[in-house]
Amino acid sequence: MSETMLQVRDVKTYYGSICALKGVSIDVNQGEIVTLIGSNGAGKSTLMMTICGSPRAREGSITFMGTDISRMPTHQIMRLGLAQSPEGRRVFPRMSVFENLQMGSEITDGTMFDQDLERIFEMFPRLKERRDQRAGTLSGGEQQMLAIGRALMMRPKLLMLDEPSLGLAPLIVKQIFDAIRELNKRDGLTVFLVEQNAFHALKLAHRAYVMVNGEIRMSGSGAELLANPDVRAAYLEGGGH
Amino acid sequence: MAIEPNSMTTAVLAPSKPPIDWSNSIKESAIAALVMLLIAIPIFAIKTDQAMNNVLSLETRWGLVATLCGLVFASRLFAHVVLWNRAPGAKPVQLIPDSVTAALGKISPVFGPLALGFAIIFPFVVYIEQGNGALKWVNNYGIQILIYVMLGWGLNIVVGLAGLLDLGYVAFYAIGAYTYALLSTSEPIQLWMAAHIGEGFWQAWAFWFCLPVAGVLAAFWGIILGFPVLRLRGDYLAIVTLAFGEIIYLVALNWVDFTGGGAGITSIPRVTFFGIPFTPGDDGFAARFGIDPSPVLRSIFLYFLILGLCLLTAFVTVRLRRLPVGRAWEALREDEIACRSLGINTTNTKLTAFAIGAMFGGFAGAFFSVRQGFVSPDSFKFLESATILAIVVLGGMGSLVGVVLASIAIVGGTELLRELDFLKQVFGDDFDPTQYRMLLVGLAMVLMMLWKPRGLISTREPSVFLKERKAVSGSLVKEGHG
Repeated sequence: MSETMLQVRDVKTYYGSICALKGVSIDVNQGEIVTLIGSNGAGKSTLMMTICGSPRAREGSITFMGTDISRMPTHQIMRLGLAQSPEGRRVFPRMSVFENLQMGSEITDGTMFDQDLERIFEMFPRLKERRDQRAGTLSGGEQQMLAIGRALMMRPKLLMLDEPSLGLAPLIVKQIFDAIRELNKRDGLTVFLVEQNAFHALKLAHRAYVMVNGEIRMSGSGAELLANPDVRAAYLEGGGH
Repeated sequence: MAIEPNSMTTAVLAPSKPPIDWSNSIKESAIAALVMLLIAIPIFAIKTDQAMNNVLSLETRWGLVATLCGLVFASRLFAHVVLWNRAPGAKPVQLIPDSVTAALGKISPVFGPLALGFAIIFPFVVYIEQGNGALKWVNNYGIQILIYVMLGWGLNIVVGLAGLLDLGYVAFYAIGAYTYALLSTSEPIQLWMAAHIGEGFWQAWAFWFCLPVAGVLAAFWGIILGFPVLRLRGDYLAIVTLAFGEIIYLVALNWVDFTGGGAGITSIPRVTFFGIPFTPGDDGFAARFGIDPSPVLRSIFLYFLILGLCLLTAFVTVRLRRLPVGRAWEALREDEIACRSLGINTTNTKLTAFAIGAMFGGFAGAFFSVRQGFVSPDSFKFLESATILAIVVLGGMGSLVGVVLASIAIVGGTELLRELDFLKQVFGDDFDPTQYRMLLVGLAMVLMMLWKPRGLISTREPSVFLKERKAVSGSLVKEGHG
């Protein structure tokens, strides 16, 4: 098996006195798409934010490519080659699409800027059409594409996506998931995907974790979990498709 | 009921207006008048007067109350019948039509050079035209407006670009002013300079040495303010900065040994033309350059000094917006979490915004005290912060041209009110139009927020672009996103 890129071990995160993550361990290996599914409030986004350093893990360790990042400030973690498309997209609404993408490349040396930009416009042609438009005027799907594109401009080794399908039409969801698959297959980009849309996420992922109440309940390959009757009952039947 | 007769041209095309609901309109207007009555009774109806023999007498002013209620009723009814009674789907009545806004947006690229050209020839034209009478125009209008332009542009960095709501900006203005006032009147420095460099050296050169010091000190205090508020945003940040402004004011007022307290600091050295004083004597500016001596010369020099400082502020702002730190400011305004997840150090970003904004406030403060020759805490009250913030908001957050227009309107407008002497003939000799200044500014603010909630200039030019610059109007973006 290829080497472990991101290693989360027994991480506990608290909001005040409330324990949101009760000792979570996951691994993301180089070249994989790993997904984390779970219902509302299970702690999926908390885990992703904890990896980014805000909020901090009270216990446990988080290692990215051999470096312990559990005590590092967020902006330094992001400079190690980790990129995140945060929940709710969070594009810069008053800045143009082009400026948004440029903000992503702020931590790179800028030599590959034109190539990176071209690649993202190729992947999401809609962004090219709208590159001078304010990001706040884009549709939800276009904003999601922009958020992913902005994260890719950081030239990451690991791309973390928090609910990219949230509130989007099925056709757009398919487009975005196709793009993720393509990124992984063609460029070998490692992807960590947090999703509520379990059906699509499990079909896409090499490996998957199921989170319930701040704990990892199950793990396995995407296909295994897709066939698992418990997973089907909890997350798929009655509206996954 | 009666149907409003449509004008002849629109009658054919426009869908017909719905009939006016008179009973409802009158009822609604009466309620508004009643509200006015309730407000007016405690405020206007009874006036206390102290007679010469210290006896309080009550004067009732029911006529005024009735007039006010009548006005409210009439304007409300007018709004119901004319403004709000429109056919379904028709465009709402706009006080500032879209065409004017569009024109404002279009002139903004040429506005800068045009305004600068006007600003440069303005003092010469009035001096040639009016001689010594030009003092009022250069001083009260020119310099006064430019000070606020500079303060507005400085605050614009903090509020407009970095999105950090600062209600205590006047503190940095005060720090700059007191820096110059204290250093230039300091006896030890004066003696040391006299002993080592020459008699009168400090008097002549103090301003030019203190100007950068004022900027640096203000920037230092900007960082001091920045640290505790790093984690705060929006209303919480506003309250802490408000408190900071009050602290500086109270220190200036109460630390009598150091700042002179409420009496302030007097006889601050006046500005010199790089060492040459503006005095009528032989070594004065006029004699050295062979010009007729005139008190206006000093004012004209001060005018160009503040104009230069303004241009420096604008230049730095425009340059910084294109650099990573400026882009980070704007990204921070838009979304702090996204900013951090892109690897941007938000701590440094905020501190630089506070420091650079404060630095320009400090420069303006040093200028203020060299112009006045006198500083006291009264010049640095909260009202001053509010005025500067009003200028930034009215102008349109982040827009340099907007700040200029708003300063002209608010500061120039106040000065214009002093000119309205003919109103005394209407309202009697006690009438002082300048007392209504804040009322008018408040009214302007309310109207602006109703019709142009994003300020006079609401378009934002992208700082980076591919082939051509395209500005998108704020009206196309939803509320809070433009």
